[in-house]
Amino acid sequence: MIPSPRRLSLGLISGLLALTSSPVSVSAVVSSSALSALRSVGPEGQGHEAAQKAWPLIAAAPAKDLPQLLAAMDGANDYAMNWIRTAIEAVVQREIGSGGTLPAASLESFLKDTRHNPRARRLAFDLIRRADPRAADALVPGFLNDPGNDLRREAVDRLVSEAGKQVATDKSAARAIYRRALHSAREADQIESLAKTLGDLGEKVDLPQTFGWVTRWRLIGPFDNTGNQGFTQAYPPETVIDPKAEYPGKGGTVRWVDAEAQGDYGMVDFNKPFGALKEVAGYAVAEFVSDKARPAEIRLGCKNGWKVWLNGKFLFGRDEYHTGAEIDQFRLPVQLRAGTNVILVKCTQNGQVEDWTKEWEFQLRVTNAQGTPIRSSR
Amino acid sequence: MNLLHLHLTGLLGLLLTGPLVAADWMQFRGPDGNGVSPDAQLPRTLDAQSVVWTADLPGRGVSSPIVVRDRVFVTSTSGPRNAELRVLCFGLSDGHLIWERQFWATGRTMTHEKISGATPTPVSDGQHVFALFSSNDCAALDLDGNLLWYRGLGKDYPNANNSLGMSSSLALADGTLIAQVESQSESFTAGLDPSTGRNRWRIERPRTSNWTSPVVFRDPAGRTLVLLLSSNGLAAVDVRDGSPVWSHDDKGSTVPSVTASGGRLYVPSNGLTVLEPVSGSKPKAVWRSTQLRTGTPSPVVLGDRVFLLNDGGILSCGDATDGKRLWQLRLEGPFSATPVVAGGLLYCVNEKGLVQVVDPAKPEGERVSTLPLGQTVIATPSIASNSLFVRSDGRLWRIGRASPL
Repeated sequence: MIPSPRRLSLGLISGLLALTSSPVSVSAVVSSSALSALRSVGPEGQGHEAAQKAWPLIAAAPAKDLPQLLAAMDGANDYAMNWIRTAIEAVVQREIGSGGTLPAASLESFLKDTRHNPRARRLAFDLIRRADPRAADALVPGFLNDPGNDLRREAVDRLVSEAGKQVATDKSAARAIYRRALHSAREADQIESLAKTLGDLGEKVDLPQTFGWVTRWRLIGPFDNTGNQGFTQAYPPETVIDPKAEYPGKGGTVRWVDAEAQGDYGMVDFNKPFGALKEVAGYAVAEFVSDKARPAEIRLGCKNGWKVWLNGKFLFGRDEYHTGAEIDQFRLPVQLRAGTNVILVKCTQNGQVEDWTKEWEFQLRVTNAQGTPIRSSR
Repeated sequence: MNLLHLHLTGLLGLLLTGPLVAADWMQFRGPDGNGVSPDAQLPRTLDAQSVVWTADLPGRGVSSPIVVRDRVFVTSTSGPRNAELRVLCFGLSDGHLIWERQFWATGRTMTHEKISGATPTPVSDGQHVFALFSSNDCAALDLDGNLLWYRGLGKDYPNANNSLGMSSSLALADGTLIAQVESQSESFTAGLDPSTGRNRWRIERPRTSNWTSPVVFRDPAGRTLVLLLSSNGLAAVDVRDGSPVWSHDDKGSTVPSVTASGGRLYVPSNGLTVLEPVSGSKPKAVWRSTQLRTGTPSPVVLGDRVFLLNDGGILSCGDATDGKRLWQLRLEGPFSATPVVAGGLLYCVNEKGLVQVVDPAKPEGERVSTLPLGQTVIATPSIASNSLFVRSDGRLWRIGRASPL
C-alpha cells in the first residue's frame, strides 16, 4: 500500500518519485536538508533563518528536478508551500531564460498521479502549459473528476465552452453538456453560473440539493447582545441543548422553535420567528447523521457575528458585522462521528440601523474537503 | 511592439533613467508618504504621445506601482477567489516583464468587488520589495525575485481580516516594517524585522473596520513615530517597540490616511483636523475645518495650500495655515485615487481612467490637460524618473515626457 502523500516523509517522497518520475534520479538538492528546511517553516516566522539559507540552494536546482520539488509540497504546510513554489519559479525562470526546456514528460507523470498535493499538480499543469501548450490542452478533459478543484475547474470551463457552441443548433445536446459540467462543478461560482444557464434553457436546477444546505434547524432567541457584549456571553445553549427548556431572554422567556432553511441559498433566518430585532443573539441547532466517522468541512456563510460548535466542541467564531457574506465564506475542518452529530450555531446581530444591516441569518452545509456535499443520512 | 518602437522606448528609457532623474518612489504616496515628488518634472500637457509604454497585467489589483532603481513593481491577484497572489517586476525603460512570483493566499481573500486582494501597496528599502495582500500574506523578495521570507499573517492571526477586504499599505521606518492589520474581529499593528519577517512587536488596536495606511513621522524630539488612524482617532507609536507616544482621541476616518507635511499632520477627522506635534506632550490642534472634506483620497499639501478631493470630483483648496477654504474646482469624477504632485501640478486620475492635470497656482485652480486611459483606475498613481505610473486591473502605464528635460 502506498501511503497518502499527506503522510509522506521526505525520504518516502524521494522513493515515490523514483517510481513515478523515472528515469529522473533524485538529485542531491532534493534529498538534502535544504528542502527539509523549507518544509519546516511555520507560524510567525518560525524556521525562517534556516529556510533563508536553504532557498537559494533549492532555487539553483536543475529543471529536471522540478517534479521532485513539486513532490516536496506533499504534506507541506501553507507557509512552506509558498517557499517551495517561489524556488520552483526561480528554477523555471532561469531555465526558460537560458533557452532551456522544462521536463514536460516527467511533469505530466507527476500531474497524473492524483496522490500528490492538488496545488502542486495544478502548478505542474501550468508548467506543462508553458512547455507544451497543445499537450496541456489535451489533458484538460481528463480533469473533469479530478480531486483538485483548480484542475477540475478547467475541465468544467471546457465543457461550458463546448456547450455554448451547441446552444444555437441543438439546445438538448447543450443542456446535456451543461448538466455534465454541473455534476462535476464543486465551486459556488461555477455552480451558480451553470444553474443560471440551464435555467435560461428551461431546466431548473435544484440549488438547495446541489449545494446540500443543512435545512432542518431549531432556533432559540433572542438573547441580549447590547453593545455586542452578547457575543462573548455564554447563554445556556452553549452549555446544554435541551429542546424543552425555557430561558429568560431579551424581552421575555425564550424557547426552541422549529425552522426550515429557506430559498435556493439555504438561509436560516432568525428574523422570521423572532422579528427584525437589533442587538440580539440567537442559537440554531441541527442534528446531522453521518453513516460513518469521516473528515469533513462545515462551510458557513454569514454577515453577522457567529460561533460554531460540533458535538459540543467550539470550532471558531468571529464578531464582524455586515461586511458581506458569500457561499463557503468560512470553512471549518471537522471530524464527523458515525451516527448523530450536533451542530450548534450562535448568530449575533448588532445595533446598526441601515437598510443593509437587517439580515440576521446564516447558511451552512457539510462537505468533504473538495466541496462535495455530505448529506445527513436522516 | 515593433522594433523601432522598442528601440525608441529603450533610448527614451536611458534618457529618463540617466543620472539626472528624479528619486525612486518606493512606497504608497512616495518618498515622504504624502503624495509629493520632491524633484520630478512631469508634462503639463498630456496627450497620447505622453505614453512612454504600457504593460499588460494579470488578474486584478488596485495597489500603487512602486519604482526602485530601474524596476517597477506591481502586485495583482488572480484565479478563483483571487487566491493567487502575484508580484511582478517590469523594466523601467521599456516595460518588459523581468520576473514574476506567485503565492497561494494563506488567509481569507474575500473582498468588495471594487477593490482586490492586491490593494495594499508594497514598500521597498532599495534592496528588497515587501508585498502585502488583503489576505495579510506578506512576501519579501530581493529586486531579482529571490525570496527573503514569506509570512502568512492571515493564517497566524485568522480573525484579523475584513470580508470587504484589507487595504492598508506597508510602511518602513528605521529598519522596521510596519503592517497595520485592523478589523472588527481582531486588530493589530505589527513591526516586523525586514531581514527575517519575524515580529519585533505587535500591539492590539481598536477592533473596528479600518482601511487607512500607517504614516511615518519624525517628531520634534527626533523620535520616529508611526501614525495609526482609525475611527477612534489618531495614535502615535514608537517605531522601535510599538509603545504609545500620544493619541488624538477624536473620530477619525477609516479610508483616507493622514498626510504629514511641514511638521504638521493633516488628519481626515471631522472634516480636516490639523495637528502640530510638540516635544513632550500631545500634539497641538492648529485648526479644524468642516468645509474641507475628502472622500476616499487622502489630503495633499503643496506649500501653504492643502487639497482635498472628494469621491464625486470636487477639488477643494484650503489655506494650510488657517483652514480657510479658498476655492473649489469641479473635476470629472468619481475618484478613489489620491492625487499626486510633481512640479507644482496635481495629477488626478478618476475611476474612468481619465488623468486630469490641475494647476493649483491659477486663480480658482485650472484643469490644464487630460489624458483618457480608457480603463477603470482605482489605484493611486506613482511618480519616478519624471514619469507618472498608473495601473488598472489589466494595464500599467508609464506616462512622461516625450523628450529629455
